[in-house]
Amino acid sequence: MTSNAPIAKGRTAPDATGVPVRLRGVRRAFGRTTALDGLDLDFAPGELVALLGPSGCGKTTALRILAGFETADEGEVLMDGEDVADVPANRRDIGMVFQSYSLFPNMTAAENVGYGMRVRGAGRRERRERAAELLALVGLPGREGHYPHQLSGGQQQRVALARALAVEPRVLLFDEPLSALDAKVRLQLREEIRRIQLESGITTVFVTHDQEEALSLADRVAVMRDGRLEQCAPPAELYARPATPFVAEFVGTMNRIPGTVRDGGEVEALGRRLPVHGSAPAEGTEVDVLLRPEELAVRAAEDGTATVQVATFLGGLTRLGLRTEAGLEVKADLPSREAAALAPGARCTLVPHDGAVLVADRSAAG
Amino acid sequence: MAGLKTAAPPAPAAGAERPAPPARPRTARRRRGVGSLFVLFLAAAYFLVPVAASLWFTVDDAGKGISFDAYAKGLTDDGLATSLLTSVLLGLATVALGLLLMVPTLVVVVLRLPRLRRLVEVLCMVPLIVPPIALVAGVSTVLSWEQELASTPFYRTFQLLQNKDFPLVLVLIYTVMSLPFLYRSLDAGLRAVDLRTLVEASRSLGASRTATIYRVVVPNLRSSVVSGAVLSLAMVLGEYTVATVLGFEPFAVWMVHVGEYEAQLSVAAAMLSLLLTWGLLLLLTNIAGGRARNRRTTA
Repeated sequence: MTSNAPIAKGRTAPDATGVPVRLRGVRRAFGRTTALDGLDLDFAPGELVALLGPSGCGKTTALRILAGFETADEGEVLMDGEDVADVPANRRDIGMVFQSYSLFPNMTAAENVGYGMRVRGAGRRERRERAAELLALVGLPGREGHYPHQLSGGQQQRVALARALAVEPRVLLFDEPLSALDAKVRLQLREEIRRIQLESGITTVFVTHDQEEALSLADRVAVMRDGRLEQCAPPAELYARPATPFVAEFVGTMNRIPGTVRDGGEVEALGRRLPVHGSAPAEGTEVDVLLRPEELAVRAAEDGTATVQVATFLGGLTRLGLRTEAGLEVKADLPSREAAALAPGARCTLVPHDGAVLVADRSAAG
Repeated sequence: MAGLKTAAPPAPAAGAERPAPPARPRTARRRRGVGSLFVLFLAAAYFLVPVAASLWFTVDDAGKGISFDAYAKGLTDDGLATSLLTSVLLGLATVALGLLLMVPTLVVVVLRLPRLRRLVEVLCMVPLIVPPIALVAGVSTVLSWEQELASTPFYRTFQLLQNKDFPLVLVLIYTVMSLPFLYRSLDAGLRAVDLRTLVEASRSLGASRTATIYRVVVPNLRSSVVSGAVLSLAMVLGEYTVATVLGFEPFAVWMVHVGEYEAQLSVAAAMLSLLLTWGLLLLLTNIAGGRARNRRTTA
C-alpha cells in the first residue's frame, strides 16, 4: 500500500469550492463478508478521485458510506472536518449520479432538476430558471418538458447530472454512471462530466470498473482490492510505478515472465539480469517479472527464441502476440514502422528494458 | 453477384400470365378472423345476456309493457340511498386504511427487509383461503366480550366499532379481506420500478423519508394503487356474508332483503349498483391514466 495523500494542485479548478473529505479506518462487513477492511482515503477540495477495482472490492460500499446509504461498522467519515457518520443521507449536501437511470419517471426533466431545490423550499420560478440553466449546461437546452421515457440513456444521465448539481452539493458522487451507455455516448459524457467538474470545482468521487475511464478522467485513481486500498496515485504514476503486483496487472496490460532472483537485488529473466524495484526476495527465489508490452523490445532474428503468432495493427503501434520456445505467451508493442518485418511466423528475440522491474510471487499468477 | 443472378427468379415471358398469389394464407387469415369474432361474440354473450335479461326483468310490466317504475321506486327509496352511501363510505375507508398500511410496509420490505417479502406475501394471501364466514365467526366472538368489558375503557371502543351509521368493525374486516388485492397490485407496481435507486436519489437530493414516499414512491405506484383500490372497492360493494352475520345493512344486504318481497326493485338496485361500480371504475382509471396522457401529449 502507498500514501493516499491528495495532490496539492493537479488539474483541479483553481477556485475550487469543494470540501476536503476523509475516510479513516472505515470497516464494513455484510455477514461474514468484509466489504471494507480499514479503508483510509483522503480527497482534496475540488479533486476528482476514481475508485477502481474488480467486482466486490468495496468501491461501491465506500461510495454508499460517503453518501449515507450505508453505515460504517468502524472508522470515521469526515466532510470538511465534520464527522458525518450520524448525519442522514438527506442532510449531507451531496449530489449523486447512479448507474441505473434514476430520474423520477413521474416528473419532467425540469421537475427532476428542480426536485432538490423544491424540497429545500425554493420557489417555482427560481427552480424553473435554474433547471433551464443547468439543462443548458449539460447540453440539453429546450428539453425541460420532456419526461424520462422521452429521453435516451445518455440524455437521462445528463439530466441526472444536472439534478445533482442543482443542489450545489459539497461532494459529487458517481456510481458507475456511464456503464449502461454505448461507447460513443460514454466518451462524450465522460468529457462533459470532467469539464463540468472542473468548472464547478466540487470534490468528486467516481466509482468505475473501467480502467480507461478512471485513468482518463481522474486527478487520482484509487485502486482497491478486497476492501483495502492498494494504491492511490495520479494516473501516470499508477501506470508507470505501480506499487503492488495487483495494481501492475489490474491497470493496463502486463506480461508475467518467469525469472530467478540473483544476488545484488537483481532478477534474471529472458537471459538478462534486471534490477528489482523495491526490496528483492531471497536469492534463488523463483518469481514472475512483470513487464508491460512497451517495455519489451522485439528484434527479428532467424535464431531467435520466440515466434510471432499474431500482429494487431493499432495505428501508430502494432501489438505482437509472441510465443517463446518454452511455451510462454507474451505481448509486445512496437512502433508500426518497425513491426512491418515481424509478420506472423517470423522468429525473433525478446529484450526487456533496462529499468527496475516489479516482481511477483509466482504462485500469485492470475 | 453471380450467385445473386442465378438465385433470382426468371422474369415472366411477354404476355404470360402472372402466377396467382397463393390463396392459402388469405383463407387461413380469414378463418382466424372468423374464429376471433366467434370467441368475442361468446364472451360478450356470457356477460351481456344476464345483464340484458335483468334489465328486461326490471322494465317489463305484464300489464303496461315497458315501465321504469322499479327504477323510480329504487331512486326514491331511502333504504337504497342509505345503504349505498354506507357501502361507498365503507369502501373508501377500507381503501384508505389498506393503502396506509400496505404502501409503507411494502416499501420498507423492498428497501430494508427483502428477506421478509415471501412472509408478507403469504400473510397477505391468507384472507383468500380463509372463508369470510370463518373470519366473521372469530370477530363475533371478540365482539361478544362487550358486556364483560362494560366497566373498562374498551367498552366505548366496542360501541364505536359497532356504530350502526358507520360500522368501523366492517372497515377493519374489509381491510383484512382486501389485503390480497392490494398486495398483488402494489407488488406488481413495485417490481416495475427501481424503487431503491429512486428512493436513494430522492434522499441524496435532501428529501425526508415522508417526502420521498409522498412525492416519488406513491406517484410512481399510481396505476397499481388505483387498480388495488378498484378491486377493494368492488369487493366491499358486493360483500354480504360478514355484514349480514354482524347485523349491519350495507348495500348488498339491503338488496337481498328487498328481493325477498320486491324482486323487481332488488334487481333494479343491482343494475344501478352495476352502473355505479362501472362509473367508479372509469373514474379511477381516468385518474390513473390522466398523468400518462399528459406525458404523451407533452412529447
